[in-house]
Amino acid sequence: MQFLNNIMEKYRPHFKKGGKFEKYGPAFSGIDTFLFVPNHTTSSGAHIRDGIDLKRIMIIVVFALIPATLFGIWNIGFQHFSQLGIEKTFLELFWYGSIRFLPMVIISYAVGLGIEFAYAVFRGHAVNEGYLVSGLLIPLIMPVDIPLWMLTVSVIFAVIIGKEAFGGTGMNILNPALIARAFAFFSYAGSMSGDKVWVADSAITDGVSGETVLGTLASGKDAGLSVFDMFMGYMPGSIGETSVLMILMGAAFLLFTGIASWRIMLATVLGGAFTAFIFNLWGLNSLMNFPWWQHLMVGGFIFGAVFMATDPVTATQTTKGKWIYGFLIGAIAILVRVFNGAYPEGVMMAILLMNVFAPTIDHYIIEGNIKRREKRIKKIRLKT
Amino acid sequence: MSTDIRIKKGLNIKLKGVAEKSLFDLPRTDVYAIKPTDFHGIIPKLTVRVGDKVKAGDILFYAKNNEKIKFAATVSGEISDITRGAKRRILDIRIKADSEDSFKDFKKINPDKLDAKAIKEHLIEAGCFPYFIQRPYDIIADPNNTPKAIFISSFSTAPLAVDESYAMRGMEVAFQTGINAITKLTNGKVHLSVDGREKSFFDKTENVEIHRVFGKHPAGNVGIQIAKIDPINQGEKVWVIKPQDVAIIGRLFLTGHYDTTRVVAIAGSEVENPKYFKTKQGVKIEQLHNQCVFSSAQEMRIINGDVLSGFWVRKNNFLSFYNTLISVIPEGNHYTFFGWMPFTQNKLLSMSRTFFSWLTPNKEYDLDTNMNGEPRAMVMVGEMEKVFPMDIYPMQLLKATLVSDIEKMEKLGIYEVAPEDFALIDFVSSSKIEAQTIIREGLDLMIKEVG
Repeated sequence: MQFLNNIMEKYRPHFKKGGKFEKYGPAFSGIDTFLFVPNHTTSSGAHIRDGIDLKRIMIIVVFALIPATLFGIWNIGFQHFSQLGIEKTFLELFWYGSIRFLPMVIISYAVGLGIEFAYAVFRGHAVNEGYLVSGLLIPLIMPVDIPLWMLTVSVIFAVIIGKEAFGGTGMNILNPALIARAFAFFSYAGSMSGDKVWVADSAITDGVSGETVLGTLASGKDAGLSVFDMFMGYMPGSIGETSVLMILMGAAFLLFTGIASWRIMLATVLGGAFTAFIFNLWGLNSLMNFPWWQHLMVGGFIFGAVFMATDPVTATQTTKGKWIYGFLIGAIAILVRVFNGAYPEGVMMAILLMNVFAPTIDHYIIEGNIKRREKRIKKIRLKT
Repeated sequence: MSTDIRIKKGLNIKLKGVAEKSLFDLPRTDVYAIKPTDFHGIIPKLTVRVGDKVKAGDILFYAKNNEKIKFAATVSGEISDITRGAKRRILDIRIKADSEDSFKDFKKINPDKLDAKAIKEHLIEAGCFPYFIQRPYDIIADPNNTPKAIFISSFSTAPLAVDESYAMRGMEVAFQTGINAITKLTNGKVHLSVDGREKSFFDKTENVEIHRVFGKHPAGNVGIQIAKIDPINQGEKVWVIKPQDVAIIGRLFLTGHYDTTRVVAIAGSEVENPKYFKTKQGVKIEQLHNQCVFSSAQEMRIINGDVLSGFWVRKNNFLSFYNTLISVIPEGNHYTFFGWMPFTQNKLLSMSRTFFSWLTPNKEYDLDTNMNGEPRAMVMVGEMEKVFPMDIYPMQLLKATLVSDIEKMEKLGIYEVAPEDFALIDFVSSSKIEAQTIIREGLDLMIKEVG
């Protein structure tokens, strides 16, 4: 790749300090460092550095999302045609799904990265890689039928208000992808919930009605799906959230590479299972009666636990805090599901709420550490 | 009697070019130097001029803010040059060495017969006090204080580390004598940590509390050991000293001479015959360099100290005051096409499993000085905590330090840390933060504001 490097080498001086296009340096270096890990050498501190960088971490998460994404694309086609009763081959279903899904991804990345680059130039800092993940997460947690302009507005809102307003990647309090979803949900509720949005074209085609399992349960009916279907993800829902199997594959990859916190994932699942189990014992309506372990398999629960709750920026950062944070996310997600009639899914709310409380949880855990230190001093003062 | 300390967190970095156990007696060279820049926060007040004749042990300068901290000539000869840098800051004081040392006579004394005050005076006069480093703050100890305890780590777990038990063969008696003197300086104990994995003459040291330490780097860092043995509290002061420096103090009492003979290793992947040298403090690095074969024409970096917390020097610089290791590694001034793609670039070492390096824990790596990425905002994937074996939240402490929140820094344990304890955080950080620099600046702020 020497020739490409030679080309870049020609342009690098123009974007450096004192160059003609110094102002656009961050945008140029965003592209340059994407192509090449730069030649920067250590100048202070440790002289050797670990091979890992933020790009590698973010790409690992994108890799982990691939199984769920591919399944989601296929499922768009499958849900649409199986409801119409039309038999299609695997490739045709996949093709149909791609046509519906790719525009969403392209818009999400183009709009989001565009804003990120603009901000980087405007504020003169490097382009951070956080949006590589958010850009894929956002379309994955949207219903397939959301109009593209709504998606665009949501992305703009999420990146500017959710992230850049706080100072960019690493400084945001709330998960940007979930902000996009929450924004869309509260602004365009009609396109984000109900029984007409989860299957492609269900609003304009007769005979297609897609309701999520949770929607069905909330209206007091039986789920009407086998456990196998739920596990495999043969059901309507947000694009990437349906297949437990595919998400678990991603989870395994994240845990193996050590990028995501296993504590948060496990704690979220435990929190959800525990709460759902308690409701099972109570058992007033069909959502409460829905078996606790099946609660974990429907809606966005697993997707949220694996990809959203574990976002290192917005989660708690202490070990004990991670357990508390995860457990509460799981518990609140089920709580909202069961008690909020208007909105049968609680994962988004639970994670956003706990994002807000994460610093508070950490504060008390760290306070414990501080107390230990103070006690040590007191002990010595007593002695002397 | 000894106690066991087990350090669970950390990371061993294995690099190519560990010094072989062969000792080479470096011939006496013409120029030696003492560098005031080795002493953090010390502003030197010279007592000699260019052209003065000095004996080994004669005072060259003292600290401007504390006249009791004196620095002595390592060899005898003529002051040939005093190099100054920006703002006339003194960089080094060079001595053109006589063909043979003549020593200032400090008289042979048995330290057991002296009291604390006499020992202190003796060390101050011979320029041996700067060997004591005070924690907190990681600065030269103030002779007016009496430390809570004194800690000595007899081994290092840093990459390419010097095996002190090998390097110090023949210095056993001097070491024990030095210990005997040091014990008088504290009302508390003298703690000596030894490598738990192997036996050495350190195990038999008397008059100390011995701790056998097991674990990965930074288990050999004295700061980590202090945290496990007897953590520093606000207002307390402890001193630390390196084993070869204890031997220098020992020799002072045994022979009456300030004899800074050191065994130094030159190591790293660029050196084809890494080995140990017997020389003196302040030797010109070029002289060590000339005795070695280097593997390639590639640009290389010479580091005064270990690759994690040493200082970048040129060939014409001098061995640092406290240093026993020169590391030589390749420079990393290159671009890597799609170098961030997971599971590629497996010649690099990583703590994460986004490389295959976890499959080969015993492989020796040939790492260069490339940053392997650009600095970014901190994204907490828990890597710092994995290499920081203290009861301290490293990231929170770093953040408090970055915003100069003194109260919070105190609460989070700034008094217990030294920059070298954060060296591995420099290494593993995916955001490429300079933790050691941040902590050093934080400690300096504390010195200024709290004292």
